[in-house]
Parts: sequence; C-alpha cells; structure tokens
Amino acid sequence: MTARLRKTGASLPAGGREKPTLSLRRRSLASLSLALLAVATACTSYTEIPIETPIQPKLDTSAFQRIFIAGFIAGANDDVDANMETVRLLRSQLRNKGIMRVIDADTLPLMELAKQNGAEPNAPPVPDQQAVVPPQEQDKAPVINDEKDLEQYQHIFANVAYWKRIGEEYQQPLIVTGAVLFAPQQRSGFVQREQESYDPFGRRVVVPVRTYMERKGFVLRPTFIFIDGRTGETLHTETFREEILYNASQQTPALSSYFELMDRLLPAFLNTLSAQKIKGTRTLLK
Amino acid sequence: MTLGKPMSSRHLVLALFLAVASAPEAWADARGQAKEQVEFGIQVAQRGLWKEAIYRWERAAQLDPTYAAAFNNLAVAYEHEGQLSKAREAYEKALALEPNNALVRQNYDLFKEINDRAAQKDGR
Repeated sequence: MTARLRKTGASLPAGGREKPTLSLRRRSLASLSLALLAVATACTSYTEIPIETPIQPKLDTSAFQRIFIAGFIAGANDDVDANMETVRLLRSQLRNKGIMRVIDADTLPLMELAKQNGAEPNAPPVPDQQAVVPPQEQDKAPVINDEKDLEQYQHIFANVAYWKRIGEEYQQPLIVTGAVLFAPQQRSGFVQREQESYDPFGRRVVVPVRTYMERKGFVLRPTFIFIDGRTGETLHTETFREEILYNASQQTPALSSYFELMDRLLPAFLNTLSAQKIKGTRTLLK
Repeated sequence: MTLGKPMSSRHLVLALFLAVASAPEAWADARGQAKEQVEFGIQVAQRGLWKEAIYRWERAAQLDPTYAAAFNNLAVAYEHEGQLSKAREAYEKALALEPNNALVRQNYDLFKEINDRAAQKDGR
C-alpha cells in the first residue's frame, strides 16, 4: 500500500504531491471563510423600520387659495368622456385631500374655443367664455386619435389673455387644464410569462416561458397644464403615459381601464400641488 | 543640554510605543462607544424620535468614521426627514465602507427609486 502510494507519488510531477495538500488547504480555507461569512451574516443584527419619505411639491401653491379644474381637450374614445371623467376625478381627489378650495363650475368649452381662435392663436377670448359654434358643427364630435390631432388645439393653452380673464372671474385661482388622450390599443407579439411546473423530485419550479399573444387594452396620455389665474401664464406642465393590456379574449370596460390608469398617475398629479409621503421599510444595522 | 537630547528622543520613542500599543484599544473603545450610540439611536427611532436618532448616529459616525452601520442608519433617518441629498451621501459612505453589505445596498436601491422620482419632478 505504502509502496503503491510512493509509486503514485513518484509519478507525479515536481511538487505534484503538494498539490492535493494545497488544494485541500484552499478548500478548507474557502469553506471556513464561507462559514465565517454565514455566521457573520447571521450575527449581523438588524431591525426593519417603517419610514415615510416626504416629497416636496413641485409647485409653490401658497399664493392660491382656490383651484379650478377648467376642463381638458380630449377624445379618442367613444365609451369614455375623458374630459368629464378627468374633471370629476381630479376635483373629488383634491376635495378629499383638502388641497385648496375646489371651484365647482362648468367646464370650459376648450375645443370650440380653440377651433374658433384657431386662425389667430392670440385672438382675444370670446365674451362670456361661450364659443360661438356653427349649428351644423355642434353635434359633430371632433376626432382626436393621437397627439397630432391634439396639436391644432394646443394654442388655447398659450392664450394668456383668455386665462387671465377666466382667473379674474373665479377670484384668481390656480387653473388646471390640458389634454387627455385615452385610446384603445392592440398589440400582438411574444410575451414572457412564468409557468409553474414540478421537477422529478416533486419540487415546484417556476420557468419563464415565451408565448405569442394577441392583446388589447388602452393607453392614457394626459397632459396637465397649471395656469396662474392672476396672470394667465403657464406655471407648470406635466405629461404622463400609462397603458394597460389584456388578453384579446378578455372583455374589460373602457371606463374601468380609464380609472385603473388614472389611479396609477394620481399620486404624481397630487404631488405637484402638495407634499406626499412615500411609505416604505428600511433596515437599521447595529 | 547634553542630557536633554537623549532623554527627549527616549521620550519620543516611549510616546510612540505607547501610542502604537494603545491604538487598538482606543479604536475598540471608539467602536464600543459608537455602537452604544447606534443602539440607542435605533431605540429612539423605533419610538418615532427621528431627530434624536439622527443626533445619536451622527455622534456614532464621528466617534468611529469606519462604522458603516452608523452611516446606513443616518441615511435612513435623513430619508425619513426628507433630506434626500444628505441621505444619498450617507448611503454612499456606508457602501464605500462596506461595499458588499447586501442590507445597505438594498436600502440604497429603495432610496434611489424615491430620489429619482423626486429628481424627475424637479426637472433635474
């Protein structure tokens, strides 16, 4: 036995005998350091603590006591009146949060005004806010399917004289207006999904699987414009984009999709006007 | 004068020896005191006294500037107080001291999500 060992040892290159010893030593060192690391991790005492991070509002609204959600240029969906729904939702949210006094007044006919003043973007505003719309055009809803369609109405937001006059009428509030694009969308392609299966040992395994799917849903793209009711000047503009997609066979009402998408961006909208606290958990170390 | 020179060099060597010999002890003492501050800070933070916690963890970081936990906790407290730039600095210091600390890294990643959102809002 000894001879065999010696023989084997002799056949090894120079230093070959020491190799297994070194590797063993290395291995034991590695396992020792791993064990130490595990012990260190286990011994690292830590405490989880809930925190609330305050995020300062984007706009300084201290000069305003009232807020007027004036209405939005909207289109692209027959099932949802994105203008009215957005006005209602924002007003109720602002009331619930107690962010300024919300002016409860009729929304402004922005599309008609924009159309009327389209030729002269800086034309003086129409008296008593009511646009004079030709009778044959009154029932015809303008088609707004994308951002390009919206462009022809954008100039109304830059009409300082108009907004100043609206401000004077409502005791110089902060005016919120803009455009809301809520459009259906369809998309097909490969989607990665997680599929649950069990291995030969009966263990649950989650495997990512790519499958071809036809999906449909909605895209919501609101632009909120905050106007100073004292001067008619735009103070701040913010654009969001949210989308939702369902399996093509799923029937989801457009209105519920609209609310789901608005729900996602409401905190950011409210944070423009007031400080928000973001709740979370952090780890304190000893 | 002739006696003074060797005496002073002897003193110097002695002082140096004492300093070197007592360094680990002093370090251990500083770490011990810093640890006490950190633990007390955790107790007060759990009671919602975040300003007091900040004071304690700042003290701990002064006592032992190599104590990653003090900087991590300080960052959490700054975050809670909305002092986001100070929080970032403290997290970065903690990570510089312990780059492989998964708990600090996790805190920092969560912080960055919020900080990025705030930065976007500021148009930065």
